[in-house]
Amino acid sequence: MAHAHKLEIFRGLLKFKNNTQKIWGVLIFLSIVTAIEVVLGIYKPRVLTHSYFLGMKLLNWIFIILTLVKAYYIAWDFMHLRDEKTALRRAIVWTPIFLVSYLVFILLFEADYVYNVYKEGFIKWNF
Amino acid sequence: MESTVTTGAASENVWGGGNKPLGASYGKMMMWFFIVSDALTFSGFLAAYGFSRFKFIETWPIADEVFTHVPFFHGNYPMIYVAFMTFILIMSSVTMVLAVDAGHKMKQNAVIWYMFLTIIGGAIFVGSQAWEWATFIKGDFGAVETKGGRILQFVNAETGERAALSEFAKILPSEREAHERKNGIWYYEEGYMPSFSIDEVKEGFLANPSILIRTEAIHQEGEKVGEKTLLTREESLEKIKDGTIVVEGANLVRNEYGSRLFADFFFFITGFHGFHVFSGVVINIIIFFNVILGTYERRGHYEMVEKVGLYWHFVDLVWVFVFTFFYLV
Repeated sequence: MAHAHKLEIFRGLLKFKNNTQKIWGVLIFLSIVTAIEVVLGIYKPRVLTHSYFLGMKLLNWIFIILTLVKAYYIAWDFMHLRDEKTALRRAIVWTPIFLVSYLVFILLFEADYVYNVYKEGFIKWNF
Repeated sequence: MESTVTTGAASENVWGGGNKPLGASYGKMMMWFFIVSDALTFSGFLAAYGFSRFKFIETWPIADEVFTHVPFFHGNYPMIYVAFMTFILIMSSVTMVLAVDAGHKMKQNAVIWYMFLTIIGGAIFVGSQAWEWATFIKGDFGAVETKGGRILQFVNAETGERAALSEFAKILPSEREAHERKNGIWYYEEGYMPSFSIDEVKEGFLANPSILIRTEAIHQEGEKVGEKTLLTREESLEKIKDGTIVVEGANLVRNEYGSRLFADFFFFITGFHGFHVFSGVVINIIIFFNVILGTYERRGHYEMVEKVGLYWHFVDLVWVFVFTFFYLV
């Protein structure tokens, strides 16, 4: 049975001979990313924990970006989104992305406000 | 034929039904519906976690100091065991996708073996999570909670390491009437008692000049930014007076690691995820037996394996996010 698996990852930089090989290739890539995360998490390089970008530690930015990279490859290659029709893929991916970004923005903004109220208001918490 | 299995004969009649504009079968589509809605549920939980964390950003526990144990090994190994769990889950995701691949090629025996390995991986993960829970509930060093609900932890000034209550608490001779069934309402249990009373901890603390108090507050600036605040001996002597109860381990009400919400969210989110893994294992087992019985061989396609595969990968996907937001960031 001939399958129209798309066998390229990294935008065609890496092309596998068959689907099984692609699966192992993606596993190796995901393991490397996880290993980088764990090593950074254990050693916490000072350069990354003491510099900030948009109010967040550089290290945390790296963690979040690597997480999204991992999520992309799990969804695209393990869940076969790469082989689905574009309309289905977009419906699945963009709906949660839109809703989650909205929710996260609202909640974190509100939480920061509550933090400031606690900090500057006349509330005693440390007793 | 597309890379994924489609069932039934495709009808060319535009208005007669049977069209598949998205090229996915009904069952697969419904699995995706479920996954998207479940993803939103998990996002809600993680966003709520972020809310509470941002609200108490200056006092939130540091995950590296909470999850430091590895089974069968003593010592301080932050992250190692969670990394192992993550790897197990990714690995079982790979065997699942290999099972789907073998299913496309109608290789029954290969599907059986890959499904089997997937189930084993899932079982190891759930077991690891149970162990992680047990360790978290049991606790590490013990702490004292103040009237205001703040957690005071102890540090040995000589070594700079955390000090367990048992290292300095003084055993005081005291008498305590234990609750027995004959003395009261028979179904009342005595309840949990910490290993030391608050007086014993306070006495031991006063008698031991090398013990300092570490508060929940995280340094916001200066050289020690990101670390918990260590009080001097004078400040510690003042602070210990606020202590009201001894806390060992974590539960839904108290948490020796710091903020109670941290424990609540930990139990809730990893619990909800663990429940997903557990149900994934159960569903995998059902499909596993169906494969052995040859159900899909007779049906002519292995789409069912692909559908449970989607669910299983989703569980892995969620863990990737839980791992980041609970253990890394």
